[in-house]
Amino acid sequence: MTATLAKGPPADDSPTPPERINPPWWRRALDGYLYGNQFVVTLLSFLCALVFGAFLIALADQPTRSALGYFFQAPSDTFSRAWTAISAGYSALFRGSIFNTDSLYSNGGVPLFDPLSNTLVNAAPLILGGLAVAVAFRAGLFNIGVQGQLIMGAICAGYVGFKWHLPAGIHLIVALLAGILGGAIWGGIVGLLKAKTGAHEVITTIMLNYVAFYFLGYLLTLKGFQAPNSTEATTSPIDSTARLPNLFQHVHSGLIIAVVAAVGCWWLLSRSTLGFSIKAIGQNPFAARTAGMKVERGYITVMIIAGALAGLVGCSQVLGTRQVLTQDVDAGFGFDAITVALLGRGSPIGTVLAGLLFGAFRAGGVTMGAQTTTPPDVVSVMEPVMVLFIAAPALIRGIFRLRASQGGGGGAAALAKGWNG
Amino acid sequence: MTTALSEEEEALVVTHEVVEVRPSSRKRLITGAALVVTGLVIFLAWGIGARNGDAAFQVSQFGDRWQIGNLRFPGGAVAMIMGVVVVLLGVGQLVRGYTKSQMRWVVAATLLLFILAFLAWAGTGSPQNPISLSGLVQNSITASIPYVLGALAGIVCERSGVINIAIEGQMLVGAFAGAMFASSADSLGIGLAAAMLGGALIGILLAVFAIRYIVNQVVLGVVLNTFALGLTNLGFHAIMSGEKNAAKYNAGATLGPIKIPLLGDLPVIGQALFNVNIIVYITYGLIVVIDVGLFRTRWGLRTRAVGEHPKAADTVGIKVNRIRYRNVVIGGLIAGLAGAALTIGGSGQFNANISSGKGFIALAAVIFGRWSPRGAIAAALLFGFTDQLQITLGIVGTPVQIPSAFLSMAPYVATVIAVAGLVGRVQAPAADGEPYVKG
Repeated sequence: MTATLAKGPPADDSPTPPERINPPWWRRALDGYLYGNQFVVTLLSFLCALVFGAFLIALADQPTRSALGYFFQAPSDTFSRAWTAISAGYSALFRGSIFNTDSLYSNGGVPLFDPLSNTLVNAAPLILGGLAVAVAFRAGLFNIGVQGQLIMGAICAGYVGFKWHLPAGIHLIVALLAGILGGAIWGGIVGLLKAKTGAHEVITTIMLNYVAFYFLGYLLTLKGFQAPNSTEATTSPIDSTARLPNLFQHVHSGLIIAVVAAVGCWWLLSRSTLGFSIKAIGQNPFAARTAGMKVERGYITVMIIAGALAGLVGCSQVLGTRQVLTQDVDAGFGFDAITVALLGRGSPIGTVLAGLLFGAFRAGGVTMGAQTTTPPDVVSVMEPVMVLFIAAPALIRGIFRLRASQGGGGGAAALAKGWNG
Repeated sequence: MTTALSEEEEALVVTHEVVEVRPSSRKRLITGAALVVTGLVIFLAWGIGARNGDAAFQVSQFGDRWQIGNLRFPGGAVAMIMGVVVVLLGVGQLVRGYTKSQMRWVVAATLLLFILAFLAWAGTGSPQNPISLSGLVQNSITASIPYVLGALAGIVCERSGVINIAIEGQMLVGAFAGAMFASSADSLGIGLAAAMLGGALIGILLAVFAIRYIVNQVVLGVVLNTFALGLTNLGFHAIMSGEKNAAKYNAGATLGPIKIPLLGDLPVIGQALFNVNIIVYITYGLIVVIDVGLFRTRWGLRTRAVGEHPKAADTVGIKVNRIRYRNVVIGGLIAGLAGAALTIGGSGQFNANISSGKGFIALAAVIFGRWSPRGAIAAALLFGFTDQLQITLGIVGTPVQIPSAFLSMAPYVATVIAVAGLVGRVQAPAADGEPYVKG
């Protein structure tokens, strides 16, 4: 906004701007480090989270704990055992998410792209969910309702998927549309309440999460929804015509949807009129209203978009990964989406990168749990720790003795506003 | 009081004229119609919908000192009368309109009548298997203690201007620390203290990041909840898994009930209120201390000042951030106690995600009760009541089967309705969630 305003002809009496000195690349890199730009802060937060995770791995390790009991007699015991546990844990994390050296051997090795495809399978719903939070963030709304929205999307998509027997091609599209609609309605309710009554979106989304959760539980006991002749709370499997087709390994086309959605969000936020007004509303709703924007309608629109994106997470889960609707369809993606969006600082590109990172964490965590004694929960502690550090760049600067940056707060997390705001 | 005043003195007396504002006609129509509809629902669903015959309630439990016979009355007729009363209340609002303070009583009465009529209806389901009143009260109290404590924690924190969404996380860490230390130190007292300190640990994190590093408090709360969930899951799987470890670190000792003589023998409420464990008695104390403290002491005045208008508070020399730090940590201690109520005060053993959203219900109670201790406690009791109702009704059997999922949803739906302003606008402390930076 300011950029367009500043384009006018400069006044005559303004001093000539000083000639721009272009410092060499190493100087810029060094400054970037010293002043702690966003990239550096993110990287250092990742480092801190790894260190914190290492502590936890050591503490969770039984031999290390017993060595800690006689720490002062033989401190090296503690350190060597801790080192064994940490290196085993982190190498399993890497093996499970990126590359496994076993795949270089032909006999009994793991397929070359197996770890990476696990990462991508987890990344797709994280990216979609992260976008659902990020887009709402830009309008100044904190959408913690991805969980509920994705459950509603999963219910609608799943219902179409196993109940309506449509021809191939059309079936998948209808199921996807149903999922989008389910999420969009659940998100739209939040936007509507915010616009019409001023109800804070954080409260309504938290509450609607639980309503959706219990609603799903109720449906799964209903005749016609629960799989016939089953005592478990599950539906019949999704028709093969409504499943998201596989791309390679076990990566389904939910990944394509995620990438398309990310590009769409990027276009929406940085190229479209709607995106401009969304950002204006997020920056200052009063100024936006003065400028003639319809703030209330903006809230509703952005929550519908966010809900639709969350509905796609449900689609990816039900039509792709799970291929059946159960009570745990959410699989924690609803809340992880928030950390992804915060890590991505509310930008679509950042969200994609954050989704890939946390997807790798999830995939690696499974391997870590299976192949080492370290519980995979270490990963789910490292994620919030990383976000905490990123939200408080001053802390990172303090730890690493960086100079205070001239600008740049904590990204999306710096949107400080109260209940009444 | 009635000493004669001279004319001069009389001129100096300031009299408070309370101006009662009646609501606008539009608002009156909406709320009045809502009340009438509620009354009709009570009349039709709980009154007409009841089975013929009496509703039966069991007053005394086996082994009570004073045995009182079962209570029997025609359930449908009683529910119908209650429905008529609520309809009349609604008509009163439509015709005359109640003042704000009257409205509060009307809403409370409507809620109470709704619940009583519902019970009368449910009681007609199987008269040979009466609903145990004392059991109902006892289970409600047990279920609502974590909500009451969590809500008090939220109030202490939010009244000073720091949003506390991390109640859930504080409860979880409290529950974990309580179970672990009570078991490993073989002392319930140490467990209780550890639970409170565990809650305070998350409280300190909340305070430091919110006040010193000015992180958005809603974001912070959500992240801290994730952190607490991950941390306790890790601890549970790393330390408490396996039979040997569980016996050492998660033995599951519970606090025994302490009976107050005579009071504990009262019918219906005696067992529920006066034969309970120490956490419940501490809760009684905290309710009084916080309700009185918040509105009658220097601490309370400062807390509210800092939460409503920190700049004004700072101007008169109150250390805004110091008060906020203190209150957030106190809130953490109380929420940790709520966590202890789940493990050493309840089932004993810790389980992964044992709080399962109870902290969010406590938050809902804070909002539902409009950030006032009494309102929040009433809401917490209501939520605790609906919580255990599904269990009681499942045993007894109602005239029409109610899916338990709908009872579970009730607190959340009620909160959405409350924040949407259908029962009157909910207003948070003015500076809640806004960091205070001097200058």
